[in-house]
Amino acid sequence: MSRYFLSKLGQSVLLLFGVLLLVFAMVRVTGDPATLMMSREASPEDMEEFRERMGFNDPLLVQFGRFMSGAVVGDFGDSLHFKTPAMPMVLERLPATLQLAITALFFAVVIGVPLGLVSGFNPGSFIDNIARGLALLGQSVPNFWLALIMILYFAVQLRWFPSFGRDEWKSVIMPAFVLGLPVMGQIVRMTRSSVLEIRGEDFIRTARSKGLERRTIYTRHVFRNVAIPLVSVIGVQFGYMLGGSIYIEAIFAWPGMGQLLEQSIGWRDFPLVQALAVFTAVVVLALNLVTDMAYALIDPRIRYGK
Amino acid sequence: MSKVLEVKNLVTKFYTLDGVVNAVNGVSFELEDGETLAIVGESGSGKSVTMMSLLGLIPMPPGKVENGEAIFMERQDLLQMTPAELRDVRGGQIGFVFQDPISTLNPILTIGEQISETLVRHKGMSKNEARDRVIELLTQVGIPDPELRYKAYPFQFSGGMRQRVVIAIAIACTPKIIIADEPTTALDVTVQAQIVDLFKRLRDALGVAVIWITHDLGVVAGIAERVMVMYGGRPAEIATVKDLYEHPQHPYTVGLLGALPRLDSRESKRLVSIKGAPPDLLIPLAHCPFAWRCDYAFERCWEEIPPLIDVGREHQASCFYDMEKGGPRNGR
Repeated sequence: MSRYFLSKLGQSVLLLFGVLLLVFAMVRVTGDPATLMMSREASPEDMEEFRERMGFNDPLLVQFGRFMSGAVVGDFGDSLHFKTPAMPMVLERLPATLQLAITALFFAVVIGVPLGLVSGFNPGSFIDNIARGLALLGQSVPNFWLALIMILYFAVQLRWFPSFGRDEWKSVIMPAFVLGLPVMGQIVRMTRSSVLEIRGEDFIRTARSKGLERRTIYTRHVFRNVAIPLVSVIGVQFGYMLGGSIYIEAIFAWPGMGQLLEQSIGWRDFPLVQALAVFTAVVVLALNLVTDMAYALIDPRIRYGK
Repeated sequence: MSKVLEVKNLVTKFYTLDGVVNAVNGVSFELEDGETLAIVGESGSGKSVTMMSLLGLIPMPPGKVENGEAIFMERQDLLQMTPAELRDVRGGQIGFVFQDPISTLNPILTIGEQISETLVRHKGMSKNEARDRVIELLTQVGIPDPELRYKAYPFQFSGGMRQRVVIAIAIACTPKIIIADEPTTALDVTVQAQIVDLFKRLRDALGVAVIWITHDLGVVAGIAERVMVMYGGRPAEIATVKDLYEHPQHPYTVGLLGALPRLDSRESKRLVSIKGAPPDLLIPLAHCPFAWRCDYAFERCWEEIPPLIDVGREHQASCFYDMEKGGPRNGR
């Protein structure tokens, strides 16, 4: 178990190093980072002054060393736009993004898992048809469009929810719904298909041959096996929500990391973009680590390294 | 001796998208207390479906038991039982051993949990009470270090060991019958022999009746007292092992025995195979299902389905042709 954990931790550290390398290289592959970061009207003198100040004239290895030693302590330099350190600004946005992602995930899991279970145990039933329809809808409706329609209907016409911002508890509902819907769809389909698969396994026949009650078979033999793929989907999707809610946050003016990322790209605020990219990577990697642990808890084959 | 199981005219069909599959077409047999009956036949001959039908283990739908009765312990008809009553019988009074021990155990539960489940369900034991019994059972089926193995998972066991665990589950509640559905097919030959020996030992110690489903006639001789040969969802021949091997009365049985390699034969002979293929169960038949593969078939075989008739003491066959006399039975 601890060997498994250590190997996963080692992988994460390696991956993080890769991300840092990419983030460092990204700005420099086009040649001169200054032209990327400065506006087109900037004078050659301003450019040169900027290069000197940012250290872009130093040898690449020196720049990388400086970048890495800063990155280790979370220092990605000052935001070009706000002139304050980039990382604290990212952290400031974390609670909003977390609130959105957790609410969305909660919605997706609380509706998706039971629906997937019921429909997997009763394939072809009325509920199964509803669930499959809902899953298809959730996965295929473009959510930027859904977001706009919801704003138009529930915010503008019915005035049930605010159309933007994060000022009251109700604010989170619409963006979380839009963000969680495709994930819910995926969870329904995944749960349903793995219930169907596990139900047909030989060991379920064995369980039935023991005369076990249906409930015991479902909870102990089916659900615990279904939970294995479910955990990994939930983990991946949660990471995706944390990093990928950019346009949802933009549409609903949700003051989270996604919105900051969208803005900082517009401002060509590379230190801020880098800080966001690295921080998101760290969060996703940590989440994957937690997922792997949950995996090992449920599945002894992983725990005992087979 | 009393009968633990008496099956009469069992008919099971599967209503699939391709049509109705006539899987079992009127199977009757008896099982006496403590006796071992082997059911032999090729794939699709209805061996497994027959047994699964009796205990509500076929998927329904598409499967449906259309006719028949199965008197258990000379009292109740298994086919008339409610699902709850049937659950009491399964695992409690009738134990099962399945073919592939790799897939018949739940990969994420410990061996101990999977055996004690049966005891908790049928004997009303607490988990702790069950634990002692499980360790006893593991010893009984020949698993070393049972205390240690109690907490092990199936993937830590070899195929033969897993089959021993499955056998421990089957005998946990000291059942009256054990239904073993090709229990040695998925195992190595050496392990096969061990499992057969274990079965014999347990059968004699517990006095339990065994229904041994197989397509391996070699194993049959070693373990069973009587044999039922099945073909096309019907019994072709029922006899004691000795009678069946020495005086087979059904051309299909003759064919099967001819296809068996023999270690003791001096000259090297080609193995004989039965020509043709088994019947398509989607087509209901009005004649002998073996007729078109049979060297002895005559007119009557194409006109009606031969019923199972007595051809000797404790010997029945469903064939119109008399192998001994070399002509049709009853002068026809």
